[in-house]
Amino acid sequence: MEPTQLSDAVQAATSSVEVVDPFVAALTVFVLAIFVGFHVVWNVTPALHTPLMSVTNAISSVIVVGAIIAAAPSDGSLGSILGVVAVLLVAVNIFGGFLVTQRMLAMFKKRRPAGKEGK
Amino acid sequence: MSSNLLSICYLIASVLLILALKGLSSPETARRGNLFGMLGMALAIVVTLLSGKVESPIWILIALAVGGSIGAFVARRIHMTHMPQLVAFMHSLVGLAAVLIALAALDNPRAYGIAAEGGSLHLASRIELFLGAFIGAITFSASVIAFGKLQGLISGKPLIFAGQHWLNLVLGIAMIGSGILFCQSGAWAPFLIMLALALVLGVLLIVPIGGADMPVIVSMLNSYSGWAAAGIGFTLGNSMLIIAGALVGSSGAILSYIMCKAMNRSLFNVLLGGFGGEGAVATSGKGGADRPVKSGSAEDAAFLLKNARSVIVVPGYGLAVARAQHALKELVNALIAQGVQVRFAIHPVAGRMPGHMNVLLAEADVPYDLVQAMESINSEFADTDVALVIGANDVTNPAAKTDPQSPIYGMPVLDVDKAQHVIFVKRSMAAGYAGLDNELFHMDRTMMYFADAKKACEEMIQAL
Repeated sequence: MEPTQLSDAVQAATSSVEVVDPFVAALTVFVLAIFVGFHVVWNVTPALHTPLMSVTNAISSVIVVGAIIAAAPSDGSLGSILGVVAVLLVAVNIFGGFLVTQRMLAMFKKRRPAGKEGK
Repeated sequence: MSSNLLSICYLIASVLLILALKGLSSPETARRGNLFGMLGMALAIVVTLLSGKVESPIWILIALAVGGSIGAFVARRIHMTHMPQLVAFMHSLVGLAAVLIALAALDNPRAYGIAAEGGSLHLASRIELFLGAFIGAITFSASVIAFGKLQGLISGKPLIFAGQHWLNLVLGIAMIGSGILFCQSGAWAPFLIMLALALVLGVLLIVPIGGADMPVIVSMLNSYSGWAAAGIGFTLGNSMLIIAGALVGSSGAILSYIMCKAMNRSLFNVLLGGFGGEGAVATSGKGGADRPVKSGSAEDAAFLLKNARSVIVVPGYGLAVARAQHALKELVNALIAQGVQVRFAIHPVAGRMPGHMNVLLAEADVPYDLVQAMESINSEFADTDVALVIGANDVTNPAAKTDPQSPIYGMPVLDVDKAQHVIFVKRSMAAGYAGLDNELFHMDRTMMYFADAKKACEEMIQAL
């Protein structure tokens, strides 16, 4: 699954048979995901909008995947150095985002049915 | 690892990330949802490391460990009142990372499998890089300015100068122009010029926006950071990144919409900026400040509260500024102990970001089922004996319903004026951020209690 081979293969295929362009496939996924996003997010209770923002911060940090691929050659090239820095930046977000969300969600407690709640 | 297996793992991770958002539909399921999100993220990182593209992961692991510890440290230490700053800061990191990844892709297209025969980039890849990079750059610089404003490092006052919007327009066109040049040539120079212009544009877009509009801006930047991630996903041809980016992008868009609606303003109007500055003060007219008000002491307030059957507390950001959440919680506990029904009414823009007040109350151990959103509690004010307004003002102003001349006319407000009695805890008669007089202050049934929110709560507990 050498990436260059893969794209060569795709190119070869496009020249003989008409294959859907990868961009169109990506666009399909994109549009459908927006619909999923709208549906899911409208159902989020307003009380949890702040945790929603912190967790979406963590989620958009999946670009760590791109950063890891950029850092992969580890040959000291400009690209790989930028990649390592990008990994570092999004790692702050991933850990920070999920943990602060967890911390906030742990605060949301229901009223205890009997008596007064202490600290 | 075969690329099919890799894709399936990414698909599973995507579903887990969607479940993380879905869990937030109620506080009971939210914690489990967050765990799903962590699992999805861990899966995505591990399979990428094992995909065979990574020769020696040592630097990547170090970067993950260092960044992760910083993130964990910040997450543990941050004050809940500072959440908007933290979120803005994180947006800036996503934006910057997107820019760095785009630069890395331009430097070494082969690593991403997007190189054409000559080692340069396909046209489609160039367009995708262009989109991902400029959205990332705008997100980065705009978030840095938003962070500065929220943290108080930069004045929260809107900065407006003549020809501002024309300058933005020219810069925007120049940025797109150099982007097109890049798409044609694939060269570094137009790409870097485009990035520089995008960075400047990000700054210029945020400076005219007043501190009070920050909830909208933070939500909007949330949306941008998602689109930037999706742009990188297109470059890499990675569905998981596209899905995650689209989720975050639409989430931020929805939050911006909700915030705008809660202030009865259009997004366009917010972006043009200037609100909360001088323009609004002129409308305070009608000699409001001279009109009589009834003011009372802690004892009077405590007497009213003690003899009420039901009380609705309307907290505003002033409560958080005075760090009075815990004192308020004590007061509420004392009232509940005396058999008074107490609930909280939250206006959508009560804090400095969407849902901020809910988190601040939750931190003070207020059970979330006592805390209700505006839509669900507004009809209850008519059956309420006492409405206790602490640190809020404009969100209770009946002028929004009755006075078409008022700049906040049409903004949804809490129906505090329908309650039997209103107690307003306020430091002085100073107007709210919109610079308006509040008709509520002059009602017969209103008692003004002039004090700092924290002190007021403590004194009322004493008097109970």
